[in-house]
Amino acid sequence: MSDFVQSLRLWFAPRRIRDEGETPDYRFSLANERTFLAWIRTALALIGGGFAVDQFLPDLRWGVRVGLALALLAGGVLCALRAVNHWVRCERAMRRGEDLPVSRFPALLSLAVAAVALAMVVLVLFGRAGR
Amino acid sequence: MSTADEARDPGLQPERTRLAWRRTTLSCTVVAVLAVKLVVSDEVTARELTGLALSSLVWVAFLAVAHRRIRSLGAARPLPLSRRGALLAAGCTVALAVFGAAVIW
Repeated sequence: MSDFVQSLRLWFAPRRIRDEGETPDYRFSLANERTFLAWIRTALALIGGGFAVDQFLPDLRWGVRVGLALALLAGGVLCALRAVNHWVRCERAMRRGEDLPVSRFPALLSLAVAAVALAMVVLVLFGRAGR
Repeated sequence: MSTADEARDPGLQPERTRLAWRRTTLSCTVVAVLAVKLVVSDEVTARELTGLALSSLVWVAFLAVAHRRIRSLGAARPLPLSRRGALLAAGCTVALAVFGAAVIW
């Protein structure tokens, strides 16, 4: 956790990172940037999914619909924040010549997305049967 | 900037990064349009105008970040993405989510 706080400080103090280590080959930085952008797109897709749940499943009960939509939106926010954090940590590791950070986040995110998808299937099927 | 006879990166890294920014801008556009659709219906009220203005603002901000970065990728040895650029891009994403949550709630 203290590692997280430390990298959080780095978000807002760009100079501190520039002083450490040496600048990596620009191609590695660009690859890191593309990974960051891919995560941002994932976040945007989750947020768009949240909007779509609210718009296109009007038959669901209010609580269920809003709950699902907010869960997807929260997932999107988490994903965006984590994208910045991971980008900073990778950039720092490359400057210091360390191994890239490993992360549990992709596994957690895929489990969460699977759970939401399963919930949607069940809800849509029940919604159809109930009417 | 580039000198004329310097060999360009054969892996086309700046080009790929530029296209990644374009794809991300496109995703942002889709989400911004969905956000507008979320709040706008037939009648024009203060709430709807505010929603429209906020989503347009976020979209324009993202467009500006992406445009700046795409321009800076034109150099022969582009500098890494700035911390501010990354924070702004993520901030726009979070802003759309928070805005959407406020509307849905």
